[in-house]
Amino acid sequence: MRNIIKKIDQAGLVGRGGAEFPTARKWQSVKDAPGKVKYVVCNASEGELGLFKDIFILEHHLAEVMKGMVLAMDTIKTKKAYFNLNQNYHKKIKGKLGKLIKQYAKQDYEFEVFVEHPSYIGGEETALLDAIEGKRTQPRLKPPYPSDAGLFGAPTLINNVETFYNVALVAEDKYKNDRFCCLTVDGKRIDVYRQPADWSLEKILRETGNYPDYDFFVQVGGSASGVVYNQKQLSKNKLSGAGSLEVYRASMKPHQLLSQWFEFYAAESCGKCAPCRQGTFNLWKLIDKKTIDWKKIMAIVETMEKTSFCGLGKSIGVPVRSYLKNVEGRK
Amino acid sequence: MKQVAIKLNGKKIKCNEGASVLQVAIDHNIEIPHFCYHEDLPIDANCRVCLVEVDGKVMTSCTLKAQAGLAVKLNTPAVAKLRKENMELLLAGHTQRCPKCQKNYACQTREQMEKYGVTGKKYERPCLNLPIHKMGSAAEFDPEQCIGCNKCVEMCQKIGIGFLQLKGQAAKNSLAITDDKCVDCIYCGQCTVHCPVAAVREQNQIEQVKAALKDKSKIVIAQCAPSVRCSIGEEFGVKPGTNLMGEINTALRQLGFDRVFDVNMGADITTWVEAKELVERIKNGGPFPMFTSCCPGWVKMAEFYYPAMLEHLTTARSPQIHSGGAYKTWWAEEEGIDPHNIVVVSLMPCTSKKYEAQMDKFKVDGHRPVDYVLTTREFAVLLKDQNIDLPKLKKSTVDPYGTFSGAAAIYGASGGVMESALRTAYHFLTGKELKKVEFKQVRGMQGVKRATIAINGHKLKVAVVATAANVKLIMEEIKKDPNAYHYIEVMSCPGGCIGGGGQPIPSTERIIAQRIAGLYQIDDKMQVRCAHKNPIVRRYMEEYIPSLPEHKQRELLYTSYSKKKRFE
Ligand code: SF4
Ligand code: SF4
Ligand code: SF4
Ligand code: SF4
Ligand code: FES
Repeated sequence: MRNIIKKIDQAGLVGRGGAEFPTARKWQSVKDAPGKVKYVVCNASEGELGLFKDIFILEHHLAEVMKGMVLAMDTIKTKKAYFNLNQNYHKKIKGKLGKLIKQYAKQDYEFEVFVEHPSYIGGEETALLDAIEGKRTQPRLKPPYPSDAGLFGAPTLINNVETFYNVALVAEDKYKNDRFCCLTVDGKRIDVYRQPADWSLEKILRETGNYPDYDFFVQVGGSASGVVYNQKQLSKNKLSGAGSLEVYRASMKPHQLLSQWFEFYAAESCGKCAPCRQGTFNLWKLIDKKTIDWKKIMAIVETMEKTSFCGLGKSIGVPVRSYLKNVEGRK
Repeated sequence: MKQVAIKLNGKKIKCNEGASVLQVAIDHNIEIPHFCYHEDLPIDANCRVCLVEVDGKVMTSCTLKAQAGLAVKLNTPAVAKLRKENMELLLAGHTQRCPKCQKNYACQTREQMEKYGVTGKKYERPCLNLPIHKMGSAAEFDPEQCIGCNKCVEMCQKIGIGFLQLKGQAAKNSLAITDDKCVDCIYCGQCTVHCPVAAVREQNQIEQVKAALKDKSKIVIAQCAPSVRCSIGEEFGVKPGTNLMGEINTALRQLGFDRVFDVNMGADITTWVEAKELVERIKNGGPFPMFTSCCPGWVKMAEFYYPAMLEHLTTARSPQIHSGGAYKTWWAEEEGIDPHNIVVVSLMPCTSKKYEAQMDKFKVDGHRPVDYVLTTREFAVLLKDQNIDLPKLKKSTVDPYGTFSGAAAIYGASGGVMESALRTAYHFLTGKELKKVEFKQVRGMQGVKRATIAINGHKLKVAVVATAANVKLIMEEIKKDPNAYHYIEVMSCPGGCIGGGGQPIPSTERIIAQRIAGLYQIDDKMQVRCAHKNPIVRRYMEEYIPSLPEHKQRELLYTSYSKKKRFE
């Protein structure tokens, strides 16, 4: 497949891990990076709340995902790929995965499975590289970017499960600009749906027959770090980030929501940098008390947003601010 | 390297393109508070305190690279606010736990907190119920006080040991020791000299020394190591490498020490004994190589990692042990003092000297040659505690029994022990004196220096190793060729003791180089530049020692080594 990068570009593929970086550009830069040793890494960490599409794809379309990885290997001229696989997912797919790995081995493609202790930060590209290298799972200072110096210092192409799956579809001209949506309603996981990427949130809920009959608000693109919209904003907004949609009852108490988020952050912060390590702990502590001290919370949130080392800490302002603006502030 | 002009708060500064803006500021004495940056170690950028503003955006200056036209603002309201918040988060609970703060000792961290209005009480940090870990009797760390800057971990790695690591996710992130049972700490204290908050630190003996000074029944002797005199000034804002020996002597008397002697005198004894041994080995054709043994960090390393090499270590005792033993025997007899009432306090650039001082094998007539060891940093704390402004004091000289030669003065620099021994070995071999006493081949900051030195028809192959990591290289060379070297000096620390683990913070390779220059200047200016010409040491070695029965001589001059287990 000579023109795969061009086809990916034309198809408009962007990263599905959350950052939405153009896939073609990523592939091109790893291809162009000097170096004899290169690696492909498939990121199946999926440590964010409300996300379960990667496991859905792995269970239903593993062959395509691996085909996408092989296309990547051919493109950047390597025979070695790593599967960064969430431990819980590994349990579910290891049989099938093992068989496919054996088949590809006959064609000299080597897949190495790295079974990852599930964590949010384990999905951060450079953190997962360090984890595979046997170091602490913490993000690296960038630059250098993985495309120049990634796994063991070699140029490395890292994509999410969904991206490799999409590449396989693009190669067979079957890609239709669809995306996956993990739907959670009132605390219950409903299903993984697949719909055109330009559908509004309202359309997704209605077409899948999940539009609630009570007042609600939603969180999109991760149920910890994602953005919060009220009911009126549903028609104007699409699925974003890492493809999750969570519906909360309007009666949900801010205290409950915040403790859910802050508990997650306080557990998932990798602990490397001061604002996130100590900030998440103190946010969680603040929620311990019955009343919500918004002033104190926002002081920490602002510090984390503006000074955290990586995207995890920086992202905390997204849910908190959008919730305040779109839901809590409108009461 | 291309030069570019950047602006720091409007001030135009020329610097290398791509240089860290924080480093540029440090070089120009412009203050940007920071906790995790060190110029010799990788940039971790985890404290998030070194904030500056560029085009309205707040960022960390350690990771910001200098580019032509870059305009950096330093103390904007946004920077001030976020910096203060991060310091509050970083230092939450710090002062309550810190033993230095509890005693109100001088401390850079607390000074910074005061300067930036940080209380350490605004936020909480979790209580992990982790004990303080002791590294022998040398150093210790309190995981609950660690701010996770990673410097000690990197430094311990860099010196080739790798005993420390950060463990625990999120707010549990704190310092721990490695799970690898084949790795042990060598007590060098390089971790302590890189900790911004004294979470890893020397085992403090200031209170014990204060108590001894107050005790009227005790004769308290101070002895200052070669390296301390050219570094302590840094604690008082004086340029690294400034020799404050005279001021130190005065200060020690003001503090109430009864006698001011000098570890340098002990260094001359070490040189004498070691040079004799080297000459014996040359005459007997081995065994070679002979290693120095005055660095307890290296000795611990040999005893744990290279037990097969122990017979190659010189049996000469180390300087502080030599001089301490001489005070408690020879000097005590001459003065008619009961050695039981003598307290010897060493001022050392080192934490492993604390470990050495308490070892039973060095006891002389049942007494420890050295009772307490204060690091350069502890000494500075003691001085500040008594409001002694060291650089302002009048100079005075050591008491006669502390007389030393120029050869002792350079002991602090890597290569100094070797050079001193060579000066004296030449004399022992030939009966003559060197016209030119300098052996410049063994000087300098390199990790390994190799030279071949001709003495009296012997071609002596020597190597000088600084930082423990380089021991491996030499050991591999010896494995390949057991005759590769005759004499090898090993110091655990970068640049030798002058870069020791008890030295003032910060300690960088550039600062160490400045301190070293100071040491060689002392030697240059001395009348007596060889250990064997030191009149006091001559009396000790030529009159006192020979008057003793043989087992006493051995007890005072020599030591032995044994294989050590982990944590031993
Ligand atoms: S923001 Fe800092 S502590 Fe949080 S995950 Fe990133 S590096 Fe780790
Ligand atoms: S004392 Fe030296 S060897 Fe021990 S932990 Fe500190 S740096 Fe490492
Ligand atoms: S003990 Fe000190 S130097 Fe080591 S990581 Fe903690 S704060 Fe940093
Ligand atoms: S080199 Fe000097 S300062 Fe460092 S551990 Fe050895 S004796 Fe101590
Ligand atoms: S010194 Fe820059 S982040 Fe710590």
